[in-house]
Amino acid sequence: MELQAVLMAAGGGSRMPDLTYNTPKPMLPVGNKPLMWHPLNLLERVGFEEVIVITTKEVQKMMSTDPKMKDVKMKLDVVCIQEDGDMGTADALRHIQQKIKTDVLVVSCDLITDVALHEVVDLFRAHNATLAMLMSKAHDFTETVPGQKGKKKTGEQRDFVGVDQSGKRLLFMANEADLEDGLSIRKSIMRKHPRMHIKTGLVDAHLYCLKKAVVDFLADNKSISSIRGELLPYLVRKQFSKTTNCPKSKDDADDQTQKTADGSTNSTELLICSRDEPLLQLAQERSCWNDHRGDMSEAYHGGKLRCYVHIMDQGLCYRVNTLAAYIEANRLASKLLEEPAVHPSAVISERCQMGPDSIIGAQCQVADKTSIKRSTIGNSTTVKEKVKVTNSIIMHGVTIEEGCNIHGCVICSNAVIGRGADLKYCLVGNGQQIEAEAERTNEVIVGTDQLMEI
Amino acid sequence: KEEKQRLRKEKKQQKKNKEKNDEKTSHEGEKKKNKKKKEEQPAVPAPAPPPPAAAAVPVPASEAPAPADKPAKSKADLKAERRARQEAERASKGKKGDVGQPAPTGKLKAPPSELQPVVKRLPEHVQVDNPEVVKKLAKKLERQQIPLRSDYGYKVSLFSHLHQYSRKAPLTQQLGIPSTVIHPAIVRLGLQYSQGIVAGSNARSVALLHAFQQVIRDYTTPPNEELSRDLVNKLKPYISFLNQCRPLSASMGNAIKYIKKEISNIPSQCKEEEAKIKLLNCIERYINEKIVLAAKAIAKYSIEKISDGDVILFPPNCSFNAFEKKRKFRVIVVDSRPRLEGREALRRLVQKGISCTYVLISAVSYILPEVSKVFLGAHALLANGYVMSRVGTSQIALVAKAFNVPVLVCCETYKFCERVQTDSFVSNELDDPDDLIVTRKGKTQLEHWQKVPSLGLLNLVYDVTPPDFVDLVITDLGMIPCTSVPVVLRVKNVDQ
Repeated sequence: MELQAVLMAAGGGSRMPDLTYNTPKPMLPVGNKPLMWHPLNLLERVGFEEVIVITTKEVQKMMSTDPKMKDVKMKLDVVCIQEDGDMGTADALRHIQQKIKTDVLVVSCDLITDVALHEVVDLFRAHNATLAMLMSKAHDFTETVPGQKGKKKTGEQRDFVGVDQSGKRLLFMANEADLEDGLSIRKSIMRKHPRMHIKTGLVDAHLYCLKKAVVDFLADNKSISSIRGELLPYLVRKQFSKTTNCPKSKDDADDQTQKTADGSTNSTELLICSRDEPLLQLAQERSCWNDHRGDMSEAYHGGKLRCYVHIMDQGLCYRVNTLAAYIEANRLASKLLEEPAVHPSAVISERCQMGPDSIIGAQCQVADKTSIKRSTIGNSTTVKEKVKVTNSIIMHGVTIEEGCNIHGCVICSNAVIGRGADLKYCLVGNGQQIEAEAERTNEVIVGTDQLMEI
Repeated sequence: KEEKQRLRKEKKQQKKNKEKNDEKTSHEGEKKKNKKKKEEQPAVPAPAPPPPAAAAVPVPASEAPAPADKPAKSKADLKAERRARQEAERASKGKKGDVGQPAPTGKLKAPPSELQPVVKRLPEHVQVDNPEVVKKLAKKLERQQIPLRSDYGYKVSLFSHLHQYSRKAPLTQQLGIPSTVIHPAIVRLGLQYSQGIVAGSNARSVALLHAFQQVIRDYTTPPNEELSRDLVNKLKPYISFLNQCRPLSASMGNAIKYIKKEISNIPSQCKEEEAKIKLLNCIERYINEKIVLAAKAIAKYSIEKISDGDVILFPPNCSFNAFEKKRKFRVIVVDSRPRLEGREALRRLVQKGISCTYVLISAVSYILPEVSKVFLGAHALLANGYVMSRVGTSQIALVAKAFNVPVLVCCETYKFCERVQTDSFVSNELDDPDDLIVTRKGKTQLEHWQKVPSLGLLNLVYDVTPPDFVDLVITDLGMIPCTSVPVVLRVKNVDQ
């Protein structure tokens, strides 16, 4: 077997509390399918037959009841972890270390993309890389986000990503939060790769191909708890570290025992070094190929640890971890899905005007004289007469009484919108009831119990 | 001589069949004669067992009557295989309809592929412009569950019978990601071939054998099968896959032949673990003997030929390692676009402390007066003494001959091949034409070459050098003249 897929679905959705306080993030509907269905669909399309899903018990329960999840034909091996939120992604990988027998492909549940996955995996295979990841140019979100006051802060934590001339080899990765004064780059890196492109406007898709040795390394190094935050920068730094000299380590086989006593750092470096067998070494020596030119060193500068990145510039790639991303993803979900926009079991009266971008879920009832444009309506929702719904996301089980005007809103499950209400850019929480003739603009309407949570 | 051999075999076969069944013999003989006559009528008598083109064997009956370019062995093996299949079909009494033999075009034998279970043959001549052959190839690949790589771009008409692929459309696009049909080591190898990460015939052979080692390690014999037969069948789709990624080289072909022979020679009572260990050791030994030690031997002989103060010309694909500094000489490295492999050769030479000059091939006639010897590397040595090497090598040899500079070819014996070729057109490799596109000062002139209807880009990989231009071949067996290649081949075959 070549690759094992691991889906990380235990995240809490901490950046969109209004949406996730009742529904866990992996089960939020996007295009009327649960969020985690999308990466699973991607894996299924590419040809995976089994996926290990790491999630919480709550999500597992919801997964087993959701009809859309039954569409997934792959074998899902669900591993439950505690919900207290202390477990990072790397901790989760360590938890399932016994199940990992080959290289892993780690995917996050909030990734919605149509990338050609073979591009990432080919980098991983062809260069015998330790890490291959996917990044995408960030798109600006144009839709107004409900409940957001004022312009979006642009001072968000930026990621600095340094790639080499070909744009494939990952040389440098740091987050603005970790840098104090400025960006400092080691001279050894500059000597080996004199031309580096540093990009900031990239979105990390949280899709990683990792060698099995990395998982074993994690098992030994319990201090690393997040893949993105700690493991990745460590691997990228280690590419140029002086101690990754594998041929030397072979000679020091006797000294290994001393080294392990000395500190776990040495043995872990030995583990992570992708030890190329002597034949591969021979093949590389005879091959007249080099990945760089201009200096006296061999291919890859003799480094055994290599990190690669594939940067998508066209196509969809979204990480649905903020409200704005969620809205945008819903907008584009109709493009991604191949199913008809209107579910066959929905009852839609003839006098209803429905735009082509809208998605209507199962068992909906849409009455006369309604107008639905650029919206997503979930399952079992009732929309009465004379309702105008534009640019909105309406989840399951919502009742919208007559004469409402809903524009740019996100209405969560089981809410009731009273008659004649006029909502603009609002977020209505789960099970909320909006009174009749209400006029709300740019508000977040959630229950009082949620307000207590911090 | 070949005709005589053929007739002899035929007689033997007829005698054998007479022992079995007189009636069938006459049919057989008749059919054989039909085949030999290079059928004007494609219809073969119905009761006769169907011609072997039943499955996906492409056009074997298009045995060219022109034996000039055909090695004798293939014909004999074809006959043996046909005989075996006919016995099998006679036993099963299946009377399939006659497959109308499409009349072959002017080109010679089609890719033989499925004919012999033991010996794998390289496609002698690829017939991409013959639609029936392409269809048969597609069917065969479909059976093996390997995607077919489509050709790219306009092909120059003289080379339209060869494949031309684009590097931007790798074969892995059409494969599932955790590849279950093809072993992951082979997928990795195919990718490395098609992207040029493993290039050069020695490197490719070593990488191929390494991948086969991994395949053998991961192999388990299914319950009712024998390792010797099943493993060979397992390797066939892998080889087709690798062929689709990049056409196999002569050295790889010889390595594959060797492995298949070793596998089928495993006695059936041998346990699986033992057999696997034996095979792995065979591979190690092969690499050690034929590649590593051979390189050392060649280096030893070459050093004898270099005297102090020599100036040597090197096109890049010469396996020249282990040049000790016993002599003082300087080197001129000749390089050519688009591969520019000379840069890597230059780097390695300079690292060893040899003083080098770097020129492009267009400067060869300018620089040759300074040169005292020319060393060439070979991709393969053909049975008629021709040297098949990177494109441009024959030019260098020609100019060297004009300047009376001795030309020495360094080639390991495992690259000797029984094929015969007198020109570079009939069998070659076309690389990605987009490699020729270069951007200078921000302008890319050839960017839209596909839109210009009368423009074709040709990126040839190999060419052949006649033996008149080559003075000496340095092999691990010693220093031999170019015309002794068939002798070496004959001796090798006797050994095996």
